[in-house]
Amino acid sequence: MRHFFRRKSSCQIAKDRLKILLISDRVNCSPEMMELIKGDIAKVISKYMKIDAGNIEIQINTKGAKSGRGAKPSLYANIPIVDVSSDMMLKH
Amino acid sequence: MENQFSQEPKGSEVIVVTSGKGGVGKTTTSANVGTGLAKLGKKVCLIDTDIGLRNLDVVMGLENRIVYNLVDVVEGNCRVKQALIRDKRHPGLYLMPSAQTRDKSAVTPGQMIKVIEHLKEQFDYIILDCPAGIEQGFQNAIAGANRALVVTTPEVSAIRDADRIIGLLEANGFKQMDLIINRLRMDMVKRGDMMSAQDVVDILAIPLIGIIPDDENVVVSTNQGEPLVGNDCPAGQAYRNVVMRVQGKEVPFLNFDRGISFWTRVTGIFHKA
Repeated sequence: MRHFFRRKSSCQIAKDRLKILLISDRVNCSPEMMELIKGDIAKVISKYMKIDAGNIEIQINTKGAKSGRGAKPSLYANIPIVDVSSDMMLKH
Repeated sequence: MENQFSQEPKGSEVIVVTSGKGGVGKTTTSANVGTGLAKLGKKVCLIDTDIGLRNLDVVMGLENRIVYNLVDVVEGNCRVKQALIRDKRHPGLYLMPSAQTRDKSAVTPGQMIKVIEHLKEQFDYIILDCPAGIEQGFQNAIAGANRALVVTTPEVSAIRDADRIIGLLEANGFKQMDLIINRLRMDMVKRGDMMSAQDVVDILAIPLIGIIPDDENVVVSTNQGEPLVGNDCPAGQAYRNVVMRVQGKEVPFLNFDRGISFWTRVTGIFHKA
């Protein structure tokens, strides 16, 4: 019997997996390395402001290019800031 | 459909059929596209470049007529013409089989280019069936080609390999690469359990040249050794349209989602084309 609240379709799961897989394949950068980069970015930024380190998203993509290929990839980071107004800023 | 006769190819085209992953339908696609072009009166040479694991001869139903093979040609044991098997069912269709008892290192890319240059004089289309993988067999197969058909299925592993192959083809200077999505099941796409053709095109970002529905007639045709291109079945019609598009003709994509009555209408239209 089907659940009323269906989980994500397997098609969507496949697309999500491929998106991440192909980015690391194309730039020759493993998911482990992406995790390390993410950790280091969190470390550096948290010196200056309070961030939600658990919810940082980083991805390498080729936004703005005609096709997904041939264009120079760039690294995008989405870092949720918890608090900027704190005295952490003043310390520096 | 308007410009159906306006874009005939200039000179002969050398097309490699490749996928990276094995078992997605390279050989079936090679056989059907080659046969389809021959049915339209083109002179076509199919070359099986999978040395050690030849299959194209079996799919074409020509396995009993092999005398010489690609390695014999390269090593000078015979002339190019002697290794070509003529398909008696379709005038203008020839197969150069690969060797079953040798390995990929028996041929080099340079030798492939030489053989293809020789064949170009006599054929409109040369279609190379590429082995799986990205090693020497792949390098041999793409060496003399100027165009590629990338075959994939709507699965994560096949798409990942296709992406890798596209990257390698680009690195090797290929300008024209077209995508064939094989074994699509509309019923699964509809219930969200299979990526749609559009999903795959979005990911791989190369032009789509064909969608082949999952069709048991493909197995039947392989059993019989007779390519089904042009036959009155979903895959036969889909391959027929691929053949038209390979020639630069614009053919709308079929909708595999309407049941039998729609099919008979569609085939009625395309039989005339």
